[in-house]
Amino acid sequence: MKQQAPPISHVQDIPRVRTKKKNRKIIQNWQLYLFILPTVLYFIIFKYIPMYGIQIAFKDYVPSLGFAGSEWVGFDHFIRFFNSYYFWDLIKNTLGISVYELAVGFPLPIILALLLNEVKDSAYKRTVQTVTYAPHFISVVVIAGMIIAFLSPTTGIINSFIQLLGFEPIPFMSDPKWFKTVYVFSGVWQSTGWGTIIYLSALSGVDPQQHEAAIIDGATRLQRILYINIPTIIPTMTILLIMNLGNIMAMGFEKILLLQNPLNKSASNVIATFVYEAGLLDAQYSFAAAIGLFNAVINAILLITVNHIAKKTSETSLW
Amino acid sequence: MDLNKINETKADKVFMGFVYVALTFALLIVLYPLIYIISASISDPAAVNSGEMWLWPKDITFEGYRIILQNDAIWRGYMMTIFYTVFGTFINLIFTLPTAYALSRKDFYGRRFFTLMFVLTMFIDGGLIPTYLVVRNLGLIDTVWAMVLPNAVALWNIIITRVFFQSTIPRGLEEAATIDGASNFKLFVKIIIPLSAPIIAVMALFYGVGHWNSYFNALIYLADRSLYPLQLVLREILVLQEMSSNSVSMTGGMAEFIHSQQQLAAIIKYGVMIVSTLPIIVVYPFLQKYFVKGVMIGSIKE
Repeated sequence: MKQQAPPISHVQDIPRVRTKKKNRKIIQNWQLYLFILPTVLYFIIFKYIPMYGIQIAFKDYVPSLGFAGSEWVGFDHFIRFFNSYYFWDLIKNTLGISVYELAVGFPLPIILALLLNEVKDSAYKRTVQTVTYAPHFISVVVIAGMIIAFLSPTTGIINSFIQLLGFEPIPFMSDPKWFKTVYVFSGVWQSTGWGTIIYLSALSGVDPQQHEAAIIDGATRLQRILYINIPTIIPTMTILLIMNLGNIMAMGFEKILLLQNPLNKSASNVIATFVYEAGLLDAQYSFAAAIGLFNAVINAILLITVNHIAKKTSETSLW
Repeated sequence: MDLNKINETKADKVFMGFVYVALTFALLIVLYPLIYIISASISDPAAVNSGEMWLWPKDITFEGYRIILQNDAIWRGYMMTIFYTVFGTFINLIFTLPTAYALSRKDFYGRRFFTLMFVLTMFIDGGLIPTYLVVRNLGLIDTVWAMVLPNAVALWNIIITRVFFQSTIPRGLEEAATIDGASNFKLFVKIIIPLSAPIIAVMALFYGVGHWNSYFNALIYLADRSLYPLQLVLREILVLQEMSSNSVSMTGGMAEFIHSQQQLAAIIKYGVMIVSTLPIIVVYPFLQKYFVKGVMIGSIKE
C-alpha cells in the first residue's frame, strides 16, 4: 500500500499544475480578452441572438411580445408556404437560376485560368488580367443599371446591334423568358476574370520538372494541360463545386432584387426575394422567417450531402 | 522553359494561336462595355440612344456631368457614402485587428473556443428576418449606426489578418516584450501595429470597397432620405426610373413629368456610373494587387 501512494499523488499533481499554469496564462494575458471582447459582443448580438430569434418561424411574432413571448403555432407557417400557389414557382425559379449559373459560371473561370497559364508573364497577360478582374469591383447597383441601359428595347446598344443584323429588338427585361440568361451572363461578365485567381494560384504549384519531362517525351501543350494541369487543380475545383452546390438555394439575391420588375416577376421571383418581400415589405415576420429557415435547411442538407459524396469519390472535401 | 520553344510542334503553334485569340476575345468582351460607358457619358444622348454612338464619343457634351454636379441628391449621397466608408472602415479595423492579434497568440487561452464560436456562424445563421428584427429592436433603424454596426466585422477578414500576424510577427518579439514588463496593450500599439502596415492597408481596402458598393443594408435599414448612401440614389436613377419607361404609359401631365424624368435619366445615367465608381477606379491598382494576395491567403489557409 505504501508503495502505491507516491504515484497516486503524482498523478493528482498534474491537473493541479496544469490549472495553475492555465490560470497564470489567463491572468497574464487578461488584456487579450479585452482585445477580443467587441468582436465577441458583435457575434452574440448580430449572429447568435438572431439565431435564437429563428424560433419565430414556429410562432406568431408580435413585436411587443418579443422573440420569446410570442405564441407558438408549430408548423403553420411552413404548411401555409408549402400549400401556397407560388411555392413550386419559387422552387423552380430558385433552382433554375442556380443550376444555370453553375453550369455556365463554374467552368468558365477554369478554362480562362488554363489559357492564361499557357501565356508567359508579359504586358499582354497582365493587361488581360487587369481588365478581366476590374468588373469584380463594380457595385451591384451599377451592374444592374448597366444591364437595364444596355438591354433596353428602344435605346439599348445590344438591341441596336440586333436591329443592325436585321432582327426585331428583344425586350430582355420585360420578357420572363430572358431573365435567367440576363442574370447568368451578366454574372459571367462580372466574375469570370476574378474567378481565375484561385485556379492560377493552384496552377503555379505545378512542378516545372513534370512539364519538362513531358516535353522531352513529346507531349503537346494540349496534352500537358489535360494530363498535368487539370489533375493539379481538381482538388480546388472540387472544393469550389461543393461550396457552390451548398449555396445553390442562395444566389446573388441583391442583383435579382434590382433586376426584378412586375413584367419579369414570373421568372425572377426566387425564395430570397420572396422572403424580403413578405418579411420586410409586408411585415409578415414569422411567415418570412419560416421560409428563410426552410431555405437554409435545404442548403445545409445539400452541402452535407455533396460533401459526403465528394469525400467518398474523390477524397477531397470541406471537412 | 526554353524546352517549350525547342520542341514546339505545329500542333502547339496552332494551339497557342487559339489561346491568344480566346484571351483577346475575353479581353474585348470585358473592355467593350467599360469603354462604351465612358464614351456614352460624354456623348449627346440622342446619338447614344439611337445607337449611332457605339464606341467612341459622338457630339461631345459635358451636359450630363454638369447636371450631376448640380444634383443635390447625388452630392448628399456621395457625402454620406464617404462618411459610411470612412467611419465604417475605422470601426471594422478597431474590431478586426485586436481580435485577429489575440487569436494569433498561441498562449491565448480560449482561442479554440472563440474561433469555433465565430466559425460556427458561417454554417448556421439567423437569416434576414431575425437579423432585421434585432437591428430594429436595438433602435438602430434610420440611424447611421445601422450602416456600421451590423457589419462591424467579417470573419473572413479576421482569418486573413490572423494568418498575417502568425506568419510575420516573430515569436521572440512578444516574449522579449513581456520580459521587459510591457503589457499586451502596449505591445500591440507600440510594436505590432507599426509592423502591420501591409495588412492594415489590405483590410482598409477590403472593408472600404464593401462599404462603398453596398446598398442592401441601406435599403432595409434606412427610410430617411437624408441618410441615403450614393448606391441608393443610384438605384433610383439607374433602376427605378428606367423601369418606369418600360412599364405601361401614363396619361396627361404625369406622362410628361415621367418623360422629362426619363430625358434627365438618359442624360446622366452613364455619367453617374463613372462618378460613383471613380474612387474605386483610382485605388484599383492597389486593390488588384492586395485583393489577389487576400484571395491567395484565403485559399492556402482554408
